[in-house]
Amino acid sequence: MTTSPPTLHENPWFTHTVRITNLIDETEGVATYQLVMIDGNSSLAYEFVPGQFNMLYLPGVGESAISMSGDPARKDGWIHTVRVAGNVTKTLARLQRGDTLGMRGPFGAGWPVEDLVGNDVVIVAGGLGMAPLRPLVYHLINHREQFGKIWLILGARTSEGLLYPTEYATWQKRDIEVTLTVDRATAGWNGHVGVVTQLIDRLQLPRPEQTHLMTCGPEVMMKYAAMSGLRLGIDARQIWVSMERNMQCAAGLCGHCQLGPEFICKDGPVVRYDRIRPYLFVEQL
Amino acid sequence: MSVPLSPRFFAKSQLQLLIDELRHRSYSVVGPTVDQEAIVYGDIQSIEQLPRGWTDEQSPGLYRLKRRDDDAWFGFVVGPHSWKKYLFPPKTTLLSAEKIESGWQFIPRSADKTKFALLGVRACELAAMRIQDQVFLNGPYQDPLYRERRKQLFVIAVNCTQAASTCFCTSMKTGPRCEKGYDLALTEIDSGFLCEVGSERGKEVLDAFVSLARRASEGSSVDSNSTVDNVSTYEAYDATPEQLKSADYARQQAVDQITKHMETSDLPGLLLSNLDHPRWKEVGERCLSCTNCTMVCPTCFCSSVTEVRDLNMDRVERERTWDSCFNPDFSYLGGSLVRNDTASRYRQWLTHKLDGWHAQFGTSGCVGCGRCITWCPVGIDITEEVAAIREGTSP
Repeated sequence: MTTSPPTLHENPWFTHTVRITNLIDETEGVATYQLVMIDGNSSLAYEFVPGQFNMLYLPGVGESAISMSGDPARKDGWIHTVRVAGNVTKTLARLQRGDTLGMRGPFGAGWPVEDLVGNDVVIVAGGLGMAPLRPLVYHLINHREQFGKIWLILGARTSEGLLYPTEYATWQKRDIEVTLTVDRATAGWNGHVGVVTQLIDRLQLPRPEQTHLMTCGPEVMMKYAAMSGLRLGIDARQIWVSMERNMQCAAGLCGHCQLGPEFICKDGPVVRYDRIRPYLFVEQL
Repeated sequence: MSVPLSPRFFAKSQLQLLIDELRHRSYSVVGPTVDQEAIVYGDIQSIEQLPRGWTDEQSPGLYRLKRRDDDAWFGFVVGPHSWKKYLFPPKTTLLSAEKIESGWQFIPRSADKTKFALLGVRACELAAMRIQDQVFLNGPYQDPLYRERRKQLFVIAVNCTQAASTCFCTSMKTGPRCEKGYDLALTEIDSGFLCEVGSERGKEVLDAFVSLARRASEGSSVDSNSTVDNVSTYEAYDATPEQLKSADYARQQAVDQITKHMETSDLPGLLLSNLDHPRWKEVGERCLSCTNCTMVCPTCFCSSVTEVRDLNMDRVERERTWDSCFNPDFSYLGGSLVRNDTASRYRQWLTHKLDGWHAQFGTSGCVGCGRCITWCPVGIDITEEVAAIREGTSP
């Protein structure tokens, strides 16, 4: 083929073939994939903003919106951490290194990395919510001098659910204060037990007006994380949450992912808390 | 266009020449025709297919065709179809996947070459097209099929000369007069059509049509079987002051017949700030969640994609079909449904259409065509629901 693929603006349905080049089992039912585009060798090929997602396509089964979980500075493939949930992810879990699938993206609005420059950052992740936050952590580390204090509070049901455990030490070394908590302690766990908000509430923010809070996890966790952030004096406009809705077209054209006036696929998935707050916990919205 | 031409007049039968001219220019002409006891949009090759002498009677939950006591060609309002079915087809293949030795390859849909000429577009429907333009063309992403078809589209508008009891375009400021967004606009009077030009392309087609009409009249003058006794009836000429007056009168009839009203001064805002209003539950008990309102709505744009595969799974097509926020599965998320009852689905539809739409696309999603009222099997009236939400709200 000699024609270059159209931009997503021209055709958001344009689907690339990607090959699984690496596969890491993270925890039970969660794996990280490295996907390399067989038709894309331009240097822009793997460019994305932390928090954005791709649509992964298993022909005959369907598509699923999966956030990027890799380092945005790396150009050797798309990195996705996927939990088996529906048919698409179930089928993906059966694939092996060398298999191909479809991919379109990147889509959506990511974490507001520009806003964070010169400021302190609190990152709150719950379970798999760490996946879309990891590119942000990498970005902050890659440009560490641009940012002030950084806290990462990571919670999971049990210690098994704490994603990317081998990396915490590196992050600590890069001056990120990592604290972990689990809902339920299992054998060998001697860290915190309890919800993430308890750890947020204990933070001593030196300059709350210059602190931003980024959170991703179950909606109820994000709700309480945001409320804790507000109590610490963080402005609602500096709190960002990453939402999940039924995304089908990923381009704001199919209507599925709406929450109030927002298309979560295109106005989000990362949305400013003050904008989404009126709609966040209305039942069945 | 710099200078709009003064309206032309031509006899009714001449409309055939306009259809011929458009077909000659490789347009598929589509327009109103009687089918399944309704006036619906379909292929038009001959003026004989138009619903001449028919009208429609509409009220909440009711639609009936009736014979007119005259022979008007466009003496009806709007039916269950809207033009969106041509620009945003109910079913279309987005791409296909083929398994070859090295794995899956994906083939995008090839460019669409269909040129449609829409005959009989009402003012509310022109507004609906402008709204769908916002949805499909003016965001960060464009729908390629809509873009291709829209670019090629030829629009012959027809001014309404009557209104149904369900019409409220005057509230939504979308009609009944066709103001913009057409290539040609017709107003029907007893003796023929007045034709206004709205684009360069419209002017070109009209000019070609006029010379065609002239040739036809020359041909007919030597045709001894011709029933036409006056050559001038076969030509399009500048409308006379009398004809202009008749057209004004005909259009004014539509304005005068509109009785339904929807207050819009507090939209957007009213609905999204009343998500807990008891009316949602109440209307949820009447609503059947049948999706009719969304299917007939000329602006509703929700869709879903399904996988269509051959038996050995070597070839799969991704097929997009219209979907509706009234379908339970529409809000599927991680194994459950976000909107699990009818009240929440009705609330989604109405808040989106009249409120959220403004934030998303800078316009209301409603054009006041009244289809959702007519085609609701239990006669739920969007204007009444808005009024009821407002009533129970402290200002």
